[in-house]
Amino acid sequence: MKLPEVAGLALAAVARLITGAQGHWYGAPPKAEQRIYFANHQSHFDWVLIWAALPSDLRSVTRPIAARDYWTSSRLKHWITREIFNAVYVSRQRTDDEDPLEPLMEALRHGDSLVIFPEGTRGNKVDPAPFKAGLFHLAEAFPEVPLIPAWIDNVQRVMPKGEVVPVPILCSVTFGKPLALFAGETKHGFLERARNAVMALRSVH
Amino acid sequence: MGSLRHLSVSQQIGLLFVVLFGLLIGVTVIAFSRTLRDRSDAQLEAHERFKRDLRAVWVGAVLFWISWIAGGIVSTLLFGLVSFLALREFVTLTHTRRGDHRSLLLAFFVVLPLQYLIVAGERFNLFTVFIPVYVFLAIPVVSALGNDPQRFLERTAKIQWGIMVCVYGMSHAPALLLLDLPDYRDRGAFLVLYLVVVVAVAQIVQEAASRRLRRRPVARAISRSFSWRAWAIGAGSAALAGGLLYWSTPFKSPWGAVIMGLIAGGSGTLGEFVMQALKRDAGVRSWGGKASVTGAVGLLDRVAPLCFAAPVFFHSVRWYFGI
Repeated sequence: MKLPEVAGLALAAVARLITGAQGHWYGAPPKAEQRIYFANHQSHFDWVLIWAALPSDLRSVTRPIAARDYWTSSRLKHWITREIFNAVYVSRQRTDDEDPLEPLMEALRHGDSLVIFPEGTRGNKVDPAPFKAGLFHLAEAFPEVPLIPAWIDNVQRVMPKGEVVPVPILCSVTFGKPLALFAGETKHGFLERARNAVMALRSVH
Repeated sequence: MGSLRHLSVSQQIGLLFVVLFGLLIGVTVIAFSRTLRDRSDAQLEAHERFKRDLRAVWVGAVLFWISWIAGGIVSTLLFGLVSFLALREFVTLTHTRRGDHRSLLLAFFVVLPLQYLIVAGERFNLFTVFIPVYVFLAIPVVSALGNDPQRFLERTAKIQWGIMVCVYGMSHAPALLLLDLPDYRDRGAFLVLYLVVVVAVAQIVQEAASRRLRRRPVARAISRSFSWRAWAIGAGSAALAGGLLYWSTPFKSPWGAVIMGLIAGGSGTLGEFVMQALKRDAGVRSWGGKASVTGAVGLLDRVAPLCFAAPVFFHSVRWYFGI
């Protein structure tokens, strides 16, 4: 085993010790197929939680999205996101000639699964913020990839915005039924439906 | 019984583990053979519950065996880990706010390790006062620094209570390992086993008795099954089990073992009753199971009686021997 694998296992173990990282699968069992997971976003810890809740053989093919300017700013951050998580880097500054979704499309063409947080930023409200359009464009470009909604519960208590040390509190990730874009569905309608699918998982138990 | 007391320590231990694992294997084989029959849904559910409990007993027995082999320090660490998991579950189900973040960190990463370090260091005077005196002050100070007055007393009280039950109570079990009792060197693990067994017996017998007796519950809103008679039967069985284990204990007469069994078993089931009230308050039927939002593993359910019984038992033993 190489260092990143060992570090990954250790990180998953710590995440489990602190949060339990329970994955509940309703409507779509964990399976080694290409998928796009989308979830509510409240904390930096969200990604680690989803990642730790996945079965270990799915972890290596499921990639997070990382902001290039932040996650490559130090060697450690860069190493963690590149070697352990195999993150897809996107730039937050929009330039005219570059589509910000291009790196995601590239990863999907390559056959990898993605985890995205369509709110775009970490929220601290009970309900997630309106979803950004990226999810819609991905669904349009890759109609055959199932879109799996996920609700992450309790994580805001583990590490509220501004704190660095996590408190041990049990969290769960509830994965729901796959979603697909209907023919002729509007962007707004689809994003609203996707957001509702995520919120509906809050009460599935 | 008397002759058992005169066996050497290693012979007693050997016997103990043979009996313990023999019983467990027997029960497991019977339980497995019964799964082969067809049964109704209710029976299946009861069986599932029984299987979960049996698995917990297996885990407990193996842990006990490991801690026996590895000695006092490792078993103290193991109890510390159980304490951590129980507190994690407790905190999950209480409503804390952002301002409590620092006090929770203090509870998990300072108070808990320190308490077990003090146990391992055999500083018994500090160990009894550390949480009720020093932590009692430290937690609300840190919480108040969080600058959030909303429901302050309630939040702080809940954190304090969680620490008292999950850390302070639990830490009395490994402390038994290190008690320096007359003519009882290196046998602390027996005392821990004694405690675990009598508490478990009280719990199981009380449960069975309340199902048979169908008495009017004392406090219906809290527990549909708790009645004083069932409680007395449970505690009485614990006393009997304690008497049967006399050979493994340091007590001077069989009556000592009986009375200690009564005390530990009785307080354990009362503690369980209190936990039920707490669960009702938090709106869950069982810490584990499907009702809980976060899929708590149900560990707290199992260890709560022990958390309440351990301090009472520990101080009864100290008082009994005058140490």
